[in-house]
Amino acid sequence: MSETPSSPSPLPGAFSRDASRATDPGLAAASNRVPAHVPFPAAGNISDAEREDLRRHGILLTSMEELYNWGRSNSIWPLQFGLACCAIEMIAAATARFDIARFGAEIFRPSPRQADLMIVSGTVTKKMAPQVVRLWNQMPEPKYCIAMGACAISGGPFKQGYNVLKGIDRFIPVDIYIPGCPPRPEALLNGLIELQKKIQAEKMSGPDAARHFRADAPSEHPIPDFGEHDLDPPHNPAVWQAPAITRPGKV
Amino acid sequence: METAGQIRDRLLARFPGATISLLTNPGPAAEHSLLVDAAHGRAIALFLRDDPALQLDYCSNATGVDSPEKEIVETKKVSTPDPAGGPAKITEEKTTRTEPGYIEAVYHLYSMALRHGPVVIRMRTANRSDQVTLPSLTPVWRSCDFQEREIFDLYGIVFAGHPDLRRILMWDEFKDHPMRKDYVEPDDYEWEPTPHNEVLDRAKTHFAAPAASAPANAPAAPSTPAAP
Repeated sequence: MSETPSSPSPLPGAFSRDASRATDPGLAAASNRVPAHVPFPAAGNISDAEREDLRRHGILLTSMEELYNWGRSNSIWPLQFGLACCAIEMIAAATARFDIARFGAEIFRPSPRQADLMIVSGTVTKKMAPQVVRLWNQMPEPKYCIAMGACAISGGPFKQGYNVLKGIDRFIPVDIYIPGCPPRPEALLNGLIELQKKIQAEKMSGPDAARHFRADAPSEHPIPDFGEHDLDPPHNPAVWQAPAITRPGKV
Repeated sequence: METAGQIRDRLLARFPGATISLLTNPGPAAEHSLLVDAAHGRAIALFLRDDPALQLDYCSNATGVDSPEKEIVETKKVSTPDPAGGPAKITEEKTTRTEPGYIEAVYHLYSMALRHGPVVIRMRTANRSDQVTLPSLTPVWRSCDFQEREIFDLYGIVFAGHPDLRRILMWDEFKDHPMRKDYVEPDDYEWEPTPHNEVLDRAKTHFAAPAASAPANAPAAPSTPAAP
């Protein structure tokens, strides 16, 4: 890891909060001189091509953010948890033929405490939804959610059933949606690669920092109760709002 | 195997107080069924299972049928003689009667020992609201256990004598019976960006009509779906 004078110190202690940084006069002066958040890659003013050229000569230039995200994105531990037929495709993605281990996500953890990624693979019935939210709450940050298949996205072919949740995004935030009924294992791998891209682009500080760096972003969500006619509440308004109908002149 | 009519005759001879009627199936399958009164249901089931000529030892399927209250309009022509001697005046009189609703439990019985079947028996509840108790046939055929729980869950028939009558699919706090024809499902599936037909009609009840001065593509205020 290398430090260039033009980049602010991205050490773990330094990205705590902007308030603590402002109290230090030296750091406050530094933040006047350079932009507070250097866009990725935060390795000075050299271009990617120059950086790659240096790498071939054995000099690795990187930033804390890049290193941190590189490590996390290549070691995603999914929760071992399947709900319906999509789970069979998820299992197939872990077998030798498709081999999710190529992307570092082969360690399916049986405990939510040790998992980074929840793959909601299959139909979420209303009876199962509180348990899914509870599992999500038990996962430590940073955590990600993939809605795999039509059912987890929207209820799918069971959308008009009385007993099926119309998408897990009504209760927990979803990072990646994988359409399909069920999606092929390749589609799951593609979703995983997209998630890796998303993780690699995450910020460690600033207003657009990742959720687990922000104190105001909730990592737990209220678990719905079993009501007399439906789940109570039927969706979490902080996470999901009904889409507005945008058909000019039609409604 | 005996026909359903022959079985009914034998049952009536064995249980003189029972009311057993034959419901014919007009389709090509001609799978007629026996409508058994609830009071004798358990005894008749035991007879069907233990009778040496039938030995219906296996209940493959138990299910429910909901028949809501029906309003039947009957038209009758009444001719009133004309006192002046002219032609009789014919008027139509409409009478309305309500056929009470009921819920049925239907059992399909086979014999593993004699390799015949099915024999279909049905039982009806008195109404659909407060008198919905039928005798459980789980003590007779063990395979009715989960299926009667499912009928209890989705149709609301209470099976007296069932060893473990709980909801099996929906949660315990759930109050409705979703397979009943008058079930009103929670209004939560109409959220589509481009609704049409009946989905559009349902969506309109949730979205305020756009004001005439508002731009046409202004998003309407989302409202929470009302609980039924």
